[in-house]
Formats: sequence, C-alpha cells, structure tokens
Amino acid sequence: MDNFIQQLINGLTLGSIYGLIAIGYTMVFGIIGMINFAHGDLFMLSEFIALIVLLLLTKTLGFGYLPVALFIVLIAGMSLTSVWNWTIERLAYRPLRGSFRLAPLISAIGMSTFLSNFAQVVQGPRNKPIAPMFAEHLYIKFGTHNIAIQYRQIVIVVVTVVLLGVFWWLVQRTNLGRAQRACEQDRKMAALIGVDVDRTISITFIIGAALAAVAGSMYVLQYGVVNFSDGFLPGVKAFTAAVLGGIGSLPGAVLGGLLIGLIETFWQMIPTEGVPEYKDVAAFSILAIVLIFMPSGILGRPEIEKV
Amino acid sequence: MSIAPSDSKGAGGALKEASIAALLTLALCTPVIMFRTESDPNDGTLKLLFRPILVLVFMALAFVGRLAVLAYKAQPAKAKAAPAVGAPSGLRAFFSNVIGPVGLIFLLVYPVALVLWLGPGGSLKWIDSYGIQILIYVMLGWGLNIVVGLAGLLDLGYVAFYAVGAYSYSLLAINFGLSFWICLPIAGILAACWGMILGFPVLRLRGDYLAIVTLAFGEIIRTILVNWTAFSGGTNGIDSIPKITFFGLVFADADNGFDNYFHMDYSPIHGKLYLYYVILALALITNLVTLRLRRLPIGRAWEALREDEIACRSLGINTTNTKLTAFALGAFFAGLAGSFFAVRQGFVSPESFTFNESATILAIVVLGGMGSQIGVALAAVALIGGFEILRELSFVHWLWFDLELIAALVIFMGLGLLTRKLLLSAFVAVAMLVGASLATMYGLKSGLLAESLWGVFRYQLDIDPTQYRGLIFGLGMVVMMIVRPRGFVSTRAPSIFLVRRTAVSGDLVGEGHG
Repeated sequence: MDNFIQQLINGLTLGSIYGLIAIGYTMVFGIIGMINFAHGDLFMLSEFIALIVLLLLTKTLGFGYLPVALFIVLIAGMSLTSVWNWTIERLAYRPLRGSFRLAPLISAIGMSTFLSNFAQVVQGPRNKPIAPMFAEHLYIKFGTHNIAIQYRQIVIVVVTVVLLGVFWWLVQRTNLGRAQRACEQDRKMAALIGVDVDRTISITFIIGAALAAVAGSMYVLQYGVVNFSDGFLPGVKAFTAAVLGGIGSLPGAVLGGLLIGLIETFWQMIPTEGVPEYKDVAAFSILAIVLIFMPSGILGRPEIEKV
Repeated sequence: MSIAPSDSKGAGGALKEASIAALLTLALCTPVIMFRTESDPNDGTLKLLFRPILVLVFMALAFVGRLAVLAYKAQPAKAKAAPAVGAPSGLRAFFSNVIGPVGLIFLLVYPVALVLWLGPGGSLKWIDSYGIQILIYVMLGWGLNIVVGLAGLLDLGYVAFYAVGAYSYSLLAINFGLSFWICLPIAGILAACWGMILGFPVLRLRGDYLAIVTLAFGEIIRTILVNWTAFSGGTNGIDSIPKITFFGLVFADADNGFDNYFHMDYSPIHGKLYLYYVILALALITNLVTLRLRRLPIGRAWEALREDEIACRSLGINTTNTKLTAFALGAFFAGLAGSFFAVRQGFVSPESFTFNESATILAIVVLGGMGSQIGVALAAVALIGGFEILRELSFVHWLWFDLELIAALVIFMGLGLLTRKLLLSAFVAVAMLVGASLATMYGLKSGLLAESLWGVFRYQLDIDPTQYRGLIFGLGMVVMMIVRPRGFVSTRAPSIFLVRRTAVSGDLVGEGHG
C-alpha cells in the first residue's frame, strides 16, 4: 500500500511533465492540423536551457537561494524556448502552408533531426548530470502508513497546476484565446472577420514552447540529468498522451499525460521478470491501439473529413 | 515585428531587419551555444565553457544572410512567360537520358577498375565502405521510395523491416544452417508479412497518424530485440553469422574455398567483389521492379493515391489494398537489404536499427526527390559517400567553423543571390574554400603563418565531420520542403499543384513515363 501511493505520486509527477509537453502537440494540431514532430526535441532543448541557466545562477554567479533561482530558470527557459519555437515556425512551417499534404510533417521531422543533432554538436554527446535539488522528503503519517514525498515532486505538481491554470485562463477568457479557438474552428472564416491568423498561429507555437520549457525545467529538477537524445522518447510519449486524451483537446492532453505517466510507472512495478523493461513498448502500443481503434481519444471530437 | 519584404524601406530598412535577425540569433544562441556544459575532470560536476566568439560568428552569418535574402527579394522579378510543362528538353533531357546507362556502366566497371588501378589491397576500402555501403543505402532508398515516393505513405519505421530481414537471415543461418541464398527470399517474405501485419490495421489512418504509428512499431520491434535476450541476443546482438557463399564455395583460405576451387591465390578482395555485385544486383532488381510496376495499374494507383486519396476512393480504387501492396513491397526490399547487411557484416545488433537510421533513409528519399529513382540514388551517393569522404580527408577537420568556411558561405550566398546561378556560385565558393585551406596548411607548415595568430580566427576543433551528418540531413529536409518539395531531379510534378493554367505536353501524359 505504501509503495502503491508512493508510485502513484511518482506517476503523477511524470504525468504532469508529459501533460505539459502534450499541450504543445495538441494546440498545434488543433490549429494547423499538423503533428509538430520537433516538439519533443524542443523540450530537450529547453532542458539544456534550464540546465545552463541554473548552472549560471548557482555556480558562476553563486546564487544560493534555490526557489528564486528556480523561478528565474523558469522565466528564462520559457522565454528563450519560445523564441526558438517562434523561429522554427517562421522558418520551417509557415512557408509550407498550402504545400502538399506531407510537406509540413517531413519538414518537422527534418527539424527534429536538426535539433537533436544540434544539441549533440554544441553541447556534446554525454549525459549532463547535476546535483539533486529539493531532494528532502516530506513524511506524511497516514493511519499506519508512512509516505515520503520529495519536495521537488510537490514543486513540480504545484508549478504545473498553477501554470495550467494561467494558460487555461488565457485560452478561455482572453481575446487571444478567442482568436485561437476561432482559427481552430475555421481558419479562413477567422481571417475574414479580422483575426490575424499568422500571428495567432505564432502565439500558439509560443504557448506550446513555454509549456514545454516548464516541462523541461521540471524534468531537470526531477531527474537531474540531461542528454541530447532526451527529446525522442518523452516526445513520443507526450504525443501518445495527446492522442489518448483526444488530440485537439487541452484537458484531454493533461488527462492523457497523467494516464501515460501512471501507466508507465505502474508498468515498471509488475513483478514478472522481463516485463518492466517493456515500459516503452507499453506506451508505443497504447499509441498504436488508440490511433487504430479510437482515433478521437477520450475527450476529442471525432474528425470529419471535409471534401 | 515583420519580416515582410521591405523594398519600400530601402537600404535602411534592410539594415534594420538584418540587425533584428542578428539579435534574434543572439537570443537563440544564448545559452545553448554561448555556454557549453563540460564535466569537470576533477570532481565530475558540470562547469560552463564561455564561447562568445562562436555566437558572434552566428550573428554575423544571420546578419549577412538576412541582408542577402532581402536583396534577393528586392530584385524586380523577371517577367517569365508561363512555361509549358513538358518533357525535359535540351541539355536536361540529354542528361536524364544519359545518366541512367552511364551510371549503370560505371557501377559495373567501378570495382574492377579500382582493383586494376589500386591493386587488391588499396581498393578494398573503396569497394567495401564506399561501394557496398552506398549501394545498401541506394537499395533501402529505392525500397522506401515505393512507400513514400510513389504511394505517399510516410513510413518512419522502415528500419524495422530492415531489422526483420537481418535477424531472419542470422537466426535461420545459425539455428538451421540455411545458406544465404535460401534465406534471402525467406527474409524478404518475412519482412513483407510483417509489413502486412503492421500495415493492415494502420493503413486506414490518415497520413500523419500513419507516420507516427509506423514510428511506434519500429521502436517496438527494436525494444523487443534489445530485451528478448534469449531470442535475439539482446544488446550484444548476434555474431559469427555465416558468410556468403558462391554455389556452396566459401570466401576463405580453405580447401573448399572459392579461390582454391578456381586455382587462384587467396585474396579477400574476391569476397568483397562478390558482395559488391550481389548488392548491385539486388539494388537493380529493386529499381527494375519499381520501374515496371509504375507502368502497371497498381503503380498508377499508387501515384494517384499519393495525390488525392478521396478522388481515388471515388474512382473505385481499393485504397487499403493499394496501400498495403506498396507497404509490403517496400518491406520486402528492406528485408532483402537487411539480409544482405547481416551477411556482409557477420554481426547484427539493435544498435544498427535505431530511428536515426530510418530518418537517414527518409532523408535520402526526400532529398533525392520523392518518386525519382535516379534522384534517390544520387542522394544516397552524396549523403552517405560524401560524409565518408569527409571523414577521410584530414584537412576537412581544419575547415569546420573557421574563417574560410564563413567567407565561403558568404560568397556562396552573395553570388547565388546576385547571379541566381546556384551551381556556379557553389563551385566558386568550394574552390575558394579548398584553395584557402590548402594555402593555410602550407602557410602553417612552412612557418609563414604563426599558429597563435591564426588561432584567433578559427575554431580549430578536432572533430569528426560525420557528427554534422544528422544536422545537415535535418536542415536539408526542411530546406528541400520549402524550396523544391518535389525534389531536384523530379520531373513528375503533377499539374494539379500548379497555380496557373499550364499546357501539359503530350509526352508526359503517355503511358508510364517518368
């Protein structure tokens, strides 16, 4: 039982990270109907940005107070990653609007290859480990059970919930969000009534990048190690989360992220020998099964192809 | 901020935009390029390496590049009469007619000529790591071209079928003692079966979902190969796979060896020559089958499907079956190539079948021009062979990230944008690059140039150019999609994508040209 709750917390932590990345996939898909294959690698890049800003603050500048450092890392990471994604959209995706069907996806795959190799070249192929932060445990007595929660897990869940709240408000209540939802429904019509479609799409990419940057910082905080190939598996899993929750739906992405995080964590607990190693296969199989049998996911709308 | 062409603003506006591009580059380069994380050799913790000059270099590149693009856009567009879309004429037609046969003769003669020229020892490398290696990729490219180029299905897990072929041969040969020539078709058929098993549920999905699901399947197969140790040997892979035989004769210094049988002195080059011609034959079979199928109803259905799935369905084409045949045929050829890979290498492990490999093959197909056979072959030669050569040439290690490279890039961009002759400006830039590098090397060797002085300007990194392979592949794919989405060599541009009304020459409408 203790172990179960422990793993539940671990799963939720991992799930929040996946959920944050999944939002980037789902928003971009919703607005331009494209799988932004490079989003996972953007997440990896944001890990590096978070890592470097953190090292700059704590080592080079000798900044000691971690919560403030973390806040600065978040802000810097979000803005710098946004600049990256804005540029990527501008250079690699925008010229392809109206090109043939597979062009944006191939371009995104090229971008993904470029980003991971870029990180490998400029930062080196090795793992980048840092000392653990907020690793102290908070013990909660719960009847006869004694549950240990790491502070960083609390930080991750709180930051995720707060930022999700902010972005939810942004999308639901502001003009920006309204423009975005209008473009999602009908891009041409939105343009006719005066919505700047290009700008709205840019902002969508920026929001997605900012959330991926939050996920990147949280990932560094939780696992304390960064590698140039980090973009691939979390990227595919987050995409699975977006598909599972129903691609195009924001709450769906978060829900899917949490589910994937929980499934992955509990899969590793299966005591049969040889099974835990297949956790990635589990995630990939979910992706295939959902796409084949339930393409609209849990909360998504069924897609109607207009001719 | 707007990046719209600013010809109205004149030079000042252009300068302003170029500065903005430079500033943007600064934001992009901070911190990922400006600081490199290195582990401290003493205590293993990370420390930061400050690299401001590199950032300045990138900013300068962005500034110049943006200026050049603006200059290009500011030029008055030449009024062009809408050209009739027709069969390529003049030089191009000659080129495209001649390159096939000439290339074929070259490939047939290449290894023999090398042996005669360099002798058996000297030519081994050129036949093995250039000839055979490139031909494997040519075959994989042609196989994937059926799926991506003809049928328009984006397959990101192509390497899984390659793995199926490689492991089929290894396991059949080791456990049942079957020879390569029996295993080869079996491996192909097994891969095709896997293609159908995976394809059947998946091919109903729309294009980009299909890509992701094939990616997932590719990774599933790889993970199983890594973890099912009893079956596949896990990460250690399978070694001592039986070598290829010639009607039962092995290529070894033995009594029943090929050389012994034909009363020749033993030489490892014979085995390599044989492998070379085997993969050449396999690749040519792939090409021939593709070219023939393209003229059959099934091939035309593939291409129709690529252009418009809904229209195909309305015309009564069974889209699932059509997709499935393309998928299975592509998988079949990947299986053959995988089988050959195993017999050539004598060792297989899951390391060879990562997503990167799939991306490389896809890059070959995309850069070669989807659907173009000759383009894919040329792309494989350029991308695989080019980087092998870069690795060989020691002076290239000096080139990267130094002044000459930047100057050459600037020259290339400037000339290209002003004269609009890309090939010419590329030639001038490369010539200048090589000349300057040789001059530098000479200068340093003879003591005319001081090492310390030169060091200020260059990042003399002792690095492997193959590191930059993925970087260039990725960037190339993006640029290709923007500039020439149908490939450099492709002549099969469907008229539906042309914006204006165009006259389509009768040459193109004829049965199965292309």
